[in-house]
Amino acid sequence: MLTTVDGKPLKEALAYAQSRAKRRAFLLVLPLLVFIVVSFIFPIGQMLYKSVNNTGFTISKDFGTGVSTPIMTNLAEWFEENPQGTEPTEEAYAALAADLVVLRELKAPGQAGTRINYELSGSRSMFTKAARRAQKLEPPFKEALVELDEDWANPSLWQAMRTASNAVTVNFYLAALDRKRADDGSVTMVPENRQVYVTLFKRTLLLSLMITFTCFILAFPIAHLLATLPLRKSNLLMILVLLPFWTSLLVRTTSWMIVLQSQGVLNDAMVATGIISDENRIQMMYNQTGTVIAMTHILLPFMVLPLYSVMSMINPSYVRAARSMGATSWTAFRRIYFPQTVPGIGAGALLVFILSVGYYITPALVGGADGQLISNLIAFHMTKSLNWSLAAALAAILLGAVLVLYWLYDRLIGIDNLKLG
Amino acid sequence: MKLKTALLATALTSVGFVAAAQEVTVMSWGGAYTKSQVEAYHKPFTAETGIAINSVDSDNPATPIKAQVEAGNVTVDVADVEFSDAVRLCDEGLLEEIDHSMLPAAPDGTAAADDFIDGALQDCAVANIVWSTVFAYNKDNNPTAPDSIDDFFNLADFPGKRGLRKSAKATLEMALMADGVPAAEVYGILDTDEGVDRAFAKLDTIKADIVWWEAGAQPPQLLADGEVVMSTAYNGRIFNAAIAENQPLEVVWDGQILDFDLFVVPKGAPNKEEAMKFIAFSTDTQRLADQASWISYGPARKSSGALVGKYSDGTTDMATHMPTAAENLGNALVNNFEFWVDKDAELNERFNAWLAK
Amino acid sequence: MALPTHASTLERVWHYTYLTICALIFLFLIAPILIVIPLSFNAEPYFTFTEKMLKFDPTGFSTRWYDLLLTFGMNEPDAVRDSKWWVDAWNNAAWINAAKNSIIIGFFATVIATTLGTIAALGLSRPEMPGRRIIMAILISPMIVPIIITATGLFFFYSSIKIQDWGIPYLGVILAHATLGIPFVIITVTATLVGFDHSLTRAAANMGASPTRTFFKVQMPLILPGVISGALFAFVTSFDEVVVVLFVGGLDEQTIPRQMWNGIREQISPAILSVATILVIISIALLTVVELLRRRSEKLRGMSPQ
Repeated sequence: MLTTVDGKPLKEALAYAQSRAKRRAFLLVLPLLVFIVVSFIFPIGQMLYKSVNNTGFTISKDFGTGVSTPIMTNLAEWFEENPQGTEPTEEAYAALAADLVVLRELKAPGQAGTRINYELSGSRSMFTKAARRAQKLEPPFKEALVELDEDWANPSLWQAMRTASNAVTVNFYLAALDRKRADDGSVTMVPENRQVYVTLFKRTLLLSLMITFTCFILAFPIAHLLATLPLRKSNLLMILVLLPFWTSLLVRTTSWMIVLQSQGVLNDAMVATGIISDENRIQMMYNQTGTVIAMTHILLPFMVLPLYSVMSMINPSYVRAARSMGATSWTAFRRIYFPQTVPGIGAGALLVFILSVGYYITPALVGGADGQLISNLIAFHMTKSLNWSLAAALAAILLGAVLVLYWLYDRLIGIDNLKLG
Repeated sequence: MKLKTALLATALTSVGFVAAAQEVTVMSWGGAYTKSQVEAYHKPFTAETGIAINSVDSDNPATPIKAQVEAGNVTVDVADVEFSDAVRLCDEGLLEEIDHSMLPAAPDGTAAADDFIDGALQDCAVANIVWSTVFAYNKDNNPTAPDSIDDFFNLADFPGKRGLRKSAKATLEMALMADGVPAAEVYGILDTDEGVDRAFAKLDTIKADIVWWEAGAQPPQLLADGEVVMSTAYNGRIFNAAIAENQPLEVVWDGQILDFDLFVVPKGAPNKEEAMKFIAFSTDTQRLADQASWISYGPARKSSGALVGKYSDGTTDMATHMPTAAENLGNALVNNFEFWVDKDAELNERFNAWLAK
Repeated sequence: MALPTHASTLERVWHYTYLTICALIFLFLIAPILIVIPLSFNAEPYFTFTEKMLKFDPTGFSTRWYDLLLTFGMNEPDAVRDSKWWVDAWNNAAWINAAKNSIIIGFFATVIATTLGTIAALGLSRPEMPGRRIIMAILISPMIVPIIITATGLFFFYSSIKIQDWGIPYLGVILAHATLGIPFVIITVTATLVGFDHSLTRAAANMGASPTRTFFKVQMPLILPGVISGALFAFVTSFDEVVVVLFVGGLDEQTIPRQMWNGIREQISPAILSVATILVIISIALLTVVELLRRRSEKLRGMSPQ
C-alpha cells in the first residue's frame, strides 16, 4: 500500500487535501444554491402541494380576522365510522344539517359548495340554499333536506362529500386527466363534452413537435452558412440571428400579429399583387397557424446557436476527402457531414421542445381558440375560474413532463454543454 | 467609483419610493368605461374630499379580487363587478357588507332603498349602472344592415367573421334566442342538458368564423379594423367608438342581455372607510346621471333618469342609447344572476372543452 | 464558403438556390422586427401601411405615437410644454412610470443575479466541485421550468409570507427576476471560465499573491467580458419579462412589458409600435456592446479572427 512520508495511506491523504478544496468550491456555490432553493424550488413545491391538498370542505378561514375553523366535522365523523358504500342514514342527514348550521354562521356555504361543485356540478346552489334555511330544519332531517332539493339523496353527492371530507385527495389529478370518481369510487372518464385536458396535452406535444421540426428545417441551412463563412462575415450575419433573440418577446409577438392578421401587412401585400382576392384572405392569425409561425420565429435562435457551435467544430477536410474519393456532394453531405451535426441537432431540438411546451404568452395572444396550449388553461384556472388545486395539478403534470425531458437532455448532451453563442 | 455606485443606487431607489398619501384604489374594466368613471366619480370625489383615487383596470375585476382576498394580499379598496359575481363573492365571505343607510337619499327625499331599481342593492354591493351585451356591426362592411339576433348567426346572408366574448355567459343565451327561444324561456331551457346542447349546436354553425375577445376594448377595435363584420360588445364601448371616435359602428338592440354592474369592497381592504365614502358619493343621484353623459349606460337610480341629458359633446341625446330605453327593450333578456352563480363553473368548463375541439 | 472552380452546373445552381433560401430565412428572422419601425410613424391609427405611406408622402408619417407615449396618463396632457408639463409627465405619464420601474427592477435584479451567479460559477468551474451536475441542473432550472408554473408558485409564496408588508418596494418582482436571470449568468460565466488559463492563477500564487488578490487582480479582469455579458443577459431577461410581473407585481408595479400587455388588450393603438421601435433600438445597442466585448476578450486571449 502506498503511503505518504508520514505514514498516512496515499488515498486518504489525497482525499484530505482535496476535501478542503471541495469545501471551498461548495461554499462558493452555497449562497446561490440557498437563494434558488428558497426563492424558487420551495415556492413551486408549495404550489404543487395545493394539487393534493384542498381544504374547501374541511376548513373555513375568516378573511377579515384570519381565523381558521374546521367545518363539516359531524359529517366527517359519520364518514369515518361508516365505510364506503354505506347508504346515508338519518344520522348522516342529522350530521349534515348540524354542519349546515355551522356553515351559515361562518358564511362558508359557498366555499364548501364550490368544493363539491368541482365534482358534481350544480351542488353549489344546493349548499347555499340549504344553509340559508339550516336553522329551521326539523327532524326527520332526510325528508326535510330532500324536500328542499331532491338531489340531497343523490349517491354521487354523498360520494363527492366523502372524498372532499379528506383534505388530501388525488381527485384533482383525475380531473386534470379528464377522469372522475364514479359513485362506487372507481375511476371513469368524464362525459365527452367536458373532456378537454388530455386533448390539450396532446395538442401541446404535437404543436411543440411541429415547431421543433420547423425550427430544425429553418435553422440547419443558416447554421451551416454561418459555420462555413469566414469569421468576419459570419459575425455580421450572426447579428441577424441574435437581434430577434435580444428583442422583447411582446414586441416580436405584436409584430407577428400585425403581419399575419387578415387585414395585416402580408394579406394586404398578397391582395395588392393579386395572389389572392380580397374575400379570400388567408386566416393566419388567431389559430394554430399563427401559434406555430410566431413560436418558430421566437425559438429559432435557440436552435441556430447550438447547431452553429457544433458545426463550427466540424473539420472541412473530411468532406473534401470524401469528394476526392469520388463521392457526389449529396453523398458526402448525407454520409459524412450530417452525422457529425447530430449532437447539435439533438441539443437544439431538445431545448426548443422543452421551451415550447411551457410557452404561455404567445399562444395567449395569437392562438385564438384552437392554438391554445396547456399553459393557457393553467393560467385560466389560476386567474379566472380560481380552481387553484386543478391549476396546480395540471402544472404538476406539465412540470413532470418537462423534468423528464430535462433529465434526458442532461444524459444525452450534458447541462454544462449548454452554449448561448 | 464605489461612491458613484452608491449614489446611483440611492438615487434609483429613491425614485421608486412613493409617499403613501391617503388614497382609495378603485378597480374597473378599463377603456372608455373607466374613463367615464374617472370623469363622473373620481375627479369630483377628489375635488370634494381631497382623497386621491388610484384607478386600476382588469378584464374582469371579480377574479383579481377573489385571488387577492384568498391569498391575504388585498390592495384594491373598491371594485366594479357584474351582478352574479357580486352575489357569489358575497356568499363566500369575500366582501365587506355595505350599510345601505349610509347611501344618500334622492333630491326629492325618497330614501335610497326605494330610489334604487329592484335588485340594485345587495348585502355586499351597490349597483351603479345598467349595461347590456349587444351585438354591433360596421356599416362599411355590411351592405345590408342586420337587425335581429338571427342575423348574427346567419352566415349565408351576412358573410364575414363574428366577434364573441370568450365566456359562456351571454354567449349561450344569445345562441338560444337566435335559435328561436323566446326571452322568457331562455334560462329555463338553459337549465337542462338538452338546452345547453342546443346552444352549443347553434354556436357550432358559426364556430369557424368566430374571433374571440376578452377585453372590453377589443370589439370596437376588431370592428374598426375590419377583422370582424359583427361582434358582441358592451353597449357603452360601441357608443363611445361611434360617437367619440367617429367610427362607422351601429348597435343592434335585438337580443340584448341586460345586467347590473355593482361596487363592492373586498374583505380586508386597506382603506375601508374611504371606500365606503367613495361608494356613497359616487352612487348618488347626480353622479349616476353624470356618468351617463360620458358613456351610454343607464343609471341604477330611478331619480337619475330625469337628469340624463346629452353626451359630453353637447349634441348627442343619450336617452335613445340607453339599454333601458323603451324602443330598445323589444327582445331583451335580463341576466339571471342566480342561474350564473350556480352554473358558471360547469358551463365554462363545457365551454372550454367546446372551444378546444 | 466560396464555390470551388471545379463545381458542376448543377452544383452552381444548387449553391445559388441555397444562398437564396438562407437569405429568405434571414428575412423571416429580421423582417417582423424591423417592420414595426416604419409603422410606428403612421399618421393614421391603423396597423397597416396606408396609401400615403407607400407613396412616401410626408403627410402620411408623423411622430404622434411617440408623443402619446409621453402624454398618456398625464393629468394635463394638453397644457403648454413648459417645465411644469415635463414634471407632470415625469410623475404621471404611464409609460414613463413603466420605464422607471423597469429600469429599477432590472438594475437590482441584475446586481443580485450577477453577484451570486459569478461567485457560484467560480465554484462550479473548479474540477473538485462535488455534485456538479446535479447542482448545475438545479441552478439552470428556472430557465427550463415553464414560466406559468414559476409565476403561480411565486404568487402564492409571496402572498403567504406577506412580502408586500416588508417595506421594500418591488421586492417580490426583483427577487423573481433575479431568479430568472441567474441561469444566463451561470451559463456565460462558466463558458468563459472554461477557456480560462489556470496557469495564470498558479503563476500569481507562485509570486506570493493570496487567493483573494489573485481573484481581483488576475481572474476578474479576464472574465469580466463574460460577467458583463451574463449581466446583460440577466438585465434583458428582467426588462422583457411579463408573466411573472403580471402575477406577482402589485397593481402599481407596472413595467414596460406589462404596460405593453395592457396596451395589446386595451388601447390597441400604434403607440405600442413606438415602444417596440424604442425597444428594438435598445436591443441593437446592447447587442453591439456584447459583440464588442466578445472581440475584446478574444484579443485579450491572443486569438484573432481570420
